[in-house]
Parts: sequence; structure tokens; C-alpha cells
Amino acid sequence: MAQIRNTFTIGGIHPADCKLSKDCAIEVLPLPEKVYVSMAQHLGAPATPIVAVGDSVKVGQVIAQPTGFISAFVHSPVSGTVKSIGPRPDLAGNKVNHIEIEVEGDEWAEGIDLSSELVSTLPEDNAVIVERIKAAGVVGLGGATFPTHVKLCPPPGKTADILIINGSECEPYLTSDYRIMLERSSEILVGVALMKKVLGVKQCVIGVEDNKPRAIESLNESLSALQTLGEAYQGIEIRPLLKKYPQGGEKQLIDAVTGRQVPSMGLPIDAGAVVQNVGTALAVYEAVQKNKPLISNVLSVTGDCLPESCQHNYQYRIGIPYRHIIECAGGMPEGAVKVISGGPMMGKAIANLDATTQKGTSAVLFLTEEQTRRKSESACIRCGRCLDACPMGLEPYLLKKLADVSDYAALEENAIQDCIECGCCLYSCPAYIPLLDIIRGAKADVMKIIKSRPRE
Amino acid sequence: MSSTIIWTVVLVTVLGTLLAMILYVVASKFKVEEDARIDEIESRLPGANCGGCGYAGCRAFAQSCVEKGNLDSNYCPVGGNEVMKKVGEVLGISVVAKAPMVAVVRCQGSCQLRPKINVYDGKLSCRVKSALYSGDTGCSWGCVGCGDCVSACQFGALSMNEQTGLPEVDESKCTACGACVKACPKSVIELRNKGPRSIRVYVACINQEKGAVARKACQAACIGCGKCAKECTHEAINVANNLAYIDFTKCKLCKKCVEACPTGAIQAVNFPVKPVKKEENGTN
Amino acid sequence: MSQLVVSPAPHLHAPSSTRSIMRDVLIALAPATLVSLIFYGWAELLLLTSCVVSCLLTEYLITRFLLKKSCTLSDGSAAVTAVLLALNLPASCPWWVAVIGSVFAIAVVKMTFGGLGQNIFNPAIAARVFLLVSFPSQMTQWTAPASLSQAWGFSSVDAVSGATPLGLVSEGLRSGQSLEQIFSEHNFSYAQMLFVNMGGSVGEISAAALLLGFAYLLVRKVIKPYTTLAIWTTIIGISMIFSMMNPSSYTDPMFNMLTGGVLMGSIFMATDYVTSPMTRNGCIIYGFGIGLQTMLIRYFGAYPEGMSFAILLMNACVPLINKMCHQTKYGRK
Repeated sequence: MAQIRNTFTIGGIHPADCKLSKDCAIEVLPLPEKVYVSMAQHLGAPATPIVAVGDSVKVGQVIAQPTGFISAFVHSPVSGTVKSIGPRPDLAGNKVNHIEIEVEGDEWAEGIDLSSELVSTLPEDNAVIVERIKAAGVVGLGGATFPTHVKLCPPPGKTADILIINGSECEPYLTSDYRIMLERSSEILVGVALMKKVLGVKQCVIGVEDNKPRAIESLNESLSALQTLGEAYQGIEIRPLLKKYPQGGEKQLIDAVTGRQVPSMGLPIDAGAVVQNVGTALAVYEAVQKNKPLISNVLSVTGDCLPESCQHNYQYRIGIPYRHIIECAGGMPEGAVKVISGGPMMGKAIANLDATTQKGTSAVLFLTEEQTRRKSESACIRCGRCLDACPMGLEPYLLKKLADVSDYAALEENAIQDCIECGCCLYSCPAYIPLLDIIRGAKADVMKIIKSRPRE
Repeated sequence: MSSTIIWTVVLVTVLGTLLAMILYVVASKFKVEEDARIDEIESRLPGANCGGCGYAGCRAFAQSCVEKGNLDSNYCPVGGNEVMKKVGEVLGISVVAKAPMVAVVRCQGSCQLRPKINVYDGKLSCRVKSALYSGDTGCSWGCVGCGDCVSACQFGALSMNEQTGLPEVDESKCTACGACVKACPKSVIELRNKGPRSIRVYVACINQEKGAVARKACQAACIGCGKCAKECTHEAINVANNLAYIDFTKCKLCKKCVEACPTGAIQAVNFPVKPVKKEENGTN
Repeated sequence: MSQLVVSPAPHLHAPSSTRSIMRDVLIALAPATLVSLIFYGWAELLLLTSCVVSCLLTEYLITRFLLKKSCTLSDGSAAVTAVLLALNLPASCPWWVAVIGSVFAIAVVKMTFGGLGQNIFNPAIAARVFLLVSFPSQMTQWTAPASLSQAWGFSSVDAVSGATPLGLVSEGLRSGQSLEQIFSEHNFSYAQMLFVNMGGSVGEISAAALLLGFAYLLVRKVIKPYTTLAIWTTIIGISMIFSMMNPSSYTDPMFNMLTGGVLMGSIFMATDYVTSPMTRNGCIIYGFGIGLQTMLIRYFGAYPEGMSFAILLMNACVPLINKMCHQTKYGRK
């Protein structure tokens, strides 16, 4: 077995924790009058609507089907009537196909088990498990929203020997994963066992950062209870990790857990690992054991400017406008100038509050002027902090310099394509140089050049 | 003492002569034979190395002219017909004159006409900004106003108007090299026929949204109503995707469309008598 | 509804800036500055003032009238240069020499290359070397740390001036004395050097104050220890080998560490961000180069010291080191 380490080896930063909403139990978010379900809630091609305007739909009914291999089903999050299908601005203001549904009651489609009883007996057939995951439209909830069933079927010739579950939640402020690890640890572990069974791996490690001792405790308790039930739950380990951002990045997590590194431009499977998020494990459990499609998830509503009583962890349905969530949480807090969907390091700033929640939405975070306004850029003093911070061992100052002169050959040589856009460089730059803004654009150019090359 | 001086002088002279000889031998031995016409053409080019011709610089352009032996696909937009005529002389070809072009900003979405709903706080670059989101206003088509075109222009022909937040083209400096067109991630800038006495008419909007949506986002948006196309007697205006476009090869500069346009999206610039609208033309 | 701010991720920033870093460096220099002020009194105050005023003024005038840029004084780098330069002059140095050095540091070494972040050489060290070769008599005179009352002009005994310990050693060795003789003749004491040094520049009179500054920089994570430790290791290593081979003509490690600006140079000058390498391995090579050259100059060169020259020479190698030494990249073992 490879050397066991507590955290990843290269770079990383230590932003303040700020888990303000960690003690707020998960509540169910009230439904709005209308929902707008995006067709692009996953990595890959947008789904194709299969309902027509005027159709009445039930909760959990398929309303769009995948387009191509890397794509996913979309289900109706509410019961009601389809009002329109067409382009609508997403949170960045770009037009994406949405299905508008007017909410009428809360009637679920047939065959969905709504009881809270734990089903711990796993189906015999792996194909059945994968089929149910696919049919439920489960995607990775750790941020990339990559269709889960694709990830669980490694391409021929490649095998995984370890399943790694990301419970690190390394982004500041976010507490949704923490809450589900606390409140629904048994379900998560069943989901983990399901994925472990499909992959046929012997070892599974759930990595949780050590700033969440209660989550570790809760998972351990549930695990020892489940392990009395049978073989399926053997080989699962909950491993505390030293807190460091970006521990949740799959490449970093693989390094932290196994000591292996994914080769450049490779996938985790090239290092023999498959990485899934705890939220995904929960979604897999619900899809397989309860036949419940992925139409809801947990998000944190948090921020320093939000009074304690307004901090929440909501179980939300997809397709709910951010404006509705903010109203439910007590309106726009005083002093907030920026609303972020996701964490403060990699989340997206919302330009349009009428945009709606998606499968992978993990937080609505309010930041104040003081916290988030970028200070004016000054000259690089070559302090090397970006080098120390970069978890991929890149040299952001150099990449920025090369990007400014569009030297793509040198950029590729200096591995700009390996950048995971975690934001550590920009976070740590004392001269406030927008390193990542520049690198992101240059990376896209270099990726285009690499992809345009004929394959050998 | 004097012998030291003499020796120094002798030594330096001998060394100098020797080195000069080596330099001469090396220079003549390793000389690269080049077509003399390349140098000649290069000397006639503007020398800005702007890349407007599609080549890496003026020398590359000259090389390609000589290699091809014709000027069918090579044109120096900066030097224009005059320079191309001289280049043609070197190659012994007569050159067909091309109509002069100018860069045109097809957006009038100033802060007043197009209310802001967001504030941008990242790197001041149109490219970064437009990759992130659709822009500060309700219009996701128009200028995002970070001035990538201004920094792309080698000739100082573009500048940001602080009041409107839009770039402005100085026609006397614009060489129609097209650097700004390439730099603009929103494709707001177009190269158009400069027109007789710099007179021209164009639609200063590229919003393809439906009329009501476009109008809501920007008061000067083209709403695709088609009034201009009906008015036009030269079939120069084509309305597609809720957007009118004036074909400058057909436009006879009659300005009927300008008067017909309900939103003022059509701009007529540099006409000798000012049009009815009090707006300062020629600014766009 | 107010306008929402939109920017690319990340949306948070570490609580540090160029200014806060420079402030930390100034704080780290404070102990050494205080000690020098206490022991040299008015003379040091005059030097410090002339350096600070002329550095800041030069930078201001250049940015304002030559470059027509916004003022860069607030980043604090000019102040750091000024204090470093002031601490690198002997107390007997006339104030106008300090002014010339300051103007040279800012105008020639820093701003000519484009200001902060662009200069190849550390302004303070380059200015010190410039002064050393331009005004050798003023720069190599060393005044013994006076008693407190003398320093502040309460008693009128003139301060004794002479050569620095390293100067005395190289002079003595040249005249055929052995090290033991030189040491006993001049009464060198390591304990004294550690707290109130035998001399050199004003900043070096107390090794303890410099080490205190080093500790502060490390705790605040302003600098990484690689460069400094590499210099120390190299100097100790080389002098240990040589002094063991011939203890009567090569000075021992302790002496070499405590004299001739080694501490000052290795802690504050060689670790200057702009003129030192980016990567850890680079820093080690750089530190080794400085240590090696310092010892070569001391043992075999014409100058008794060598730290400044070594740093300056290695500054010139930094772009090359940066080109050679890269970070270990993830997934490219």
C-alpha cells in the first residue's frame, strides 16, 4: 500500500474557515410559484426536453433526456404544468434552454420511495445499480457535475483499485456537505457501498478534513453499525485529513489519500482511483435504493453580513430562482454586494438573481464590499507566494508573464494546461495581480491548440 | 615609456585589422541570398508590423508577396492603395484599387441608454469579462467596455469615451488593419466601407434579441422592426434574426432608413448638413 | 435592487499586500535600527534621516515628473531601501555620501529598470558597493560604538575610529602576523560581537538584534529561510575546513558569521524578493553562491569583506537560476 499522508504535498493555502452555518440543521426550502429547470445542469451536452408546453408533470418525472454519451436526464422538481420551454439567462446572463413549470401541489411520480427508512441491502446486479443511477440523472455534486454513471464505468483497459469519497469541503463558508455527513451519514455510507460494489474495488476511503470532528464521529458510528450487517460495508475507512485548500480537488485528494499523483492531462482513473463527493453518494443512495431521481440537494445560505438567525442549510429543489431563496432567508442582507453560487474560492458570482438552482448548487454566499472588492493591481515583487500556493506546482507569475505576450509554446511547456483554476495564486498575491483571470484565458487558448492537434 | 605607447598602438592596430578580416570573411561566407525585392517591398511598407495583412509583420508580408508573385490575396490595409501600387511596381504588376475601409463600432449602449445591472470587478479585459458573464447590462450582445480594442490598436485610433463607456474610432488614424475586430470578443467592431468623404450609414447594434427584449435592455437597440428595409429603395437592408444589416456595397447613402428607424439604431455619420437628430454624429 | 458585483473566482483574498510585507520588513529592521541609534546617537540619526528623505524624495520626483505615473511611495519599498542603506553605512560616513548613495539606489538601480519588481540588483546593496568603490576612505572608516553619553553628545570625548575587524585581520595577515596575535592585540570577543558588535556598518553592531528581526520575518512568513540558511551553511562549512587546515591564517566560522555584514546581508539583503530566485532549490543555489563568493573574497581577495559583492554578483545570476530551477509539478514525476 502506498504511503499514508494527511494532506496533499504540493502548495495549498489556509483561508479562514468561516463555517458560520455549521450548526444549522437542514430545513426544507418552501417551493416558489414557478420553477425554471435548466437543461445544462451537468458537464457535457445540454439535455433535450421531452415534454411540451401545457403538459402536466409530476415530481420526479423525466422532462429531458440526455444528448450524447456525456449528458444526463433531468427530472421535474415539482408537480404542475409546463408553461414554456426556451432560452432564459442563467446566473451569468448567458441564454440556456429552460423548462418553466408552474407549481401545483406536490404530487410525486409513482414508484418513488418517500419513506425515511434506511434500505441497506444492496441490489445484486451491478448493471441495475448503474442503470438506476443513470435514470435518476445523478451527476457529481462536488462542483464539476460530471455524470456519475460515466465515472463509475471506467473505459476499457483501465481499472480502479480505490474509491475515494470527498468529504473534505475545503471551501470556506460551505457547510452543506458537513450537514449531510452529520444528519444522513448512514445513507451516504450505503451510497458509498453501492459505488464501491459497482467499481469492484476492495478499498474505499472517505476523506474528511479535521475541522469537522463531529462529521467524522457520526460517519464512524454509522459505519460500525452498518459493518455488522455484512460484507458490502467492509473496506470502507473514514480518514481525517489536515485542513488545507484545495483538498477537495480530486487530484489533491488522491495525493492526500494514496500518495499517488494523476499524470498530467490524465484522469483520476489513470492513478487507479475514482473520486466522488459525499453529496453524490447520497444521491446515489436515493437513486438506487429509493428510486428517487436527483431533483434536490442541500445548499448553505451564509455570509458574514448575514445575522445568525438568517444562516441556513436548505434542502432545495432544482429550478428555484436565487431570488426566492434569498427572500426565504430573510432578504438581501445589509452590506452584501456580491452573491456567490458556491464557495468563495471557486464559486460563480451571480449576475442575475432570477437564475435558478441546479443539481450542483452548494451555497448562496453573501460577501461584503470590504471582503471581496479587489484592490488595485500593483507591480509583481517576485515574492514567490503564488508558487508556494499553487497545488499543481505551477509558476503562476511566469504563466502570467508568458500569457501577456501570448507565448503559447512556452505556456504549454510550463504546464498551464494542468491548472485546476483553484484560485490559490490570486488569493495569495500581495500585489493583487489578477493571475487566475489571465491564466484562465491563456489556458483555454492552449487547450484549444492541444485539442486541435492530430492524435497519434 | 614611449615604447609602451608605440607597442600599444601597434598591437591595437594589428588586432583591429585581424578582427576586421575575420568579420569580413564570416559575413561573406555565411551570407544568406535573399530576393532583393523583399527588401525593396519592405522599405515601401508602413513598417508598423500590425499584422493587419494577416502576416506576422511587414517583412513576412513582403516575403509572401514575392513568393506568390501576385497580390491577389495580399493587401496592406494600413498603406492602402497607394502603398499597394508601389508594391505592385516592384513586382511589375498593376494593382486594382480597393475601396478604403474603416473600423465601425456597432453599439450605442452608453450608460444612459443601457442601464447597468451589475458591476464588474475582475481584470479589466473584455475577454476575461465576456468569458465570465454576459455583461453589466441587460444586453448580452453589445460592447462590454473594457477596451481590449483600444489596447489592440497600434495606431492610437481607438479611445474609450469616459462618458458613454464605449470605444470611439478616430477615422483619420484608423488604417482598417482589423486588429480591433479580432480583439473584440463580442464582435461589435466591423470593418466597413469608408464611403465618399467618409460618409456612411450603418446599424449601430448587433442585438439579435426579439424587439421587446432588446428594447428593454437598451433604448438604442435595433428591434428588427423592418421599417428601414421597407423604406430602402436599393435593397441594401436585410433584416434577419431581429436585426437589420446594411450592405455597404448597395447602400446609396440616401438616409431614408435613418429617419425611419424608431430607436435611432441606424447611424449616419459625417454628412455635411447635420441630420434632424441633435445627437453629435461622427462620435461613433 | 442595487447592482451586484461580479468578478471571476476567487472572491476572497489573503490579508496581505505589498505594503504589509514592506511594513513587516521595516518592523524586522527596527531592533537593529534601535540599537544603532542608541550606540551611535546623532550621527546615526543624521544618516538615517538623510537616507530616508533622499530615497523617498528621489522616488517621488522620478515617478511624478519623469515617468508621470501614480506615486509608488505608499508601497513602502523605498523606505525599506532607505533604512537598509542607512544601516549599511559606517557611522562616520558623512551625510552627503548617504544622500549620493540613496539617489543612486533609487534612481539608477531601481527606477531605471522600471521600479519595484523590475530591478536586477538590490538597490541598497548596489548603492553600498557603489559608495564603497567611490568613497573608499569614508566607507571603510569605522567608529567604535560610543558610550551612550558620548553618542548623544553629553560628553565630549571623540569617538575612536579605525578599520573593521575584517580589515584589521587582513591587514595583520598581510604584515605577517598570525591570527592569534591579531585577535589578542585587538581584543576581539564573540560575546561582544553578538550583542554590541566590534563594528562595520552601523546596522551590524548587534547580531542579536538582526537575529531577532530574522525570527520575526520567519514567524510572519515574510521570507523563507532557505537563502539565509544556505549562506550560513556555506560560510560555516568553508571557513571550518580552511580554519582547521591552518588556524593561524584563516579565520574561524564564528568570526566569519559575526563580521563583515554576513548577518545583515543574509537576512535582509539576500532575501529581497525582487532580486532573489523564486523556487526553493533556486534559493539554495543562490545562497550557496553568495556564501562561496564571500569566503573566496575574504580569504583570497583584495577586499576584507565580500558579502556585498557576493550578493551583487549572485543577483545577476538570478534570472538564470529562475530559468533552471522550477517547481516540482504535480503528476510529472
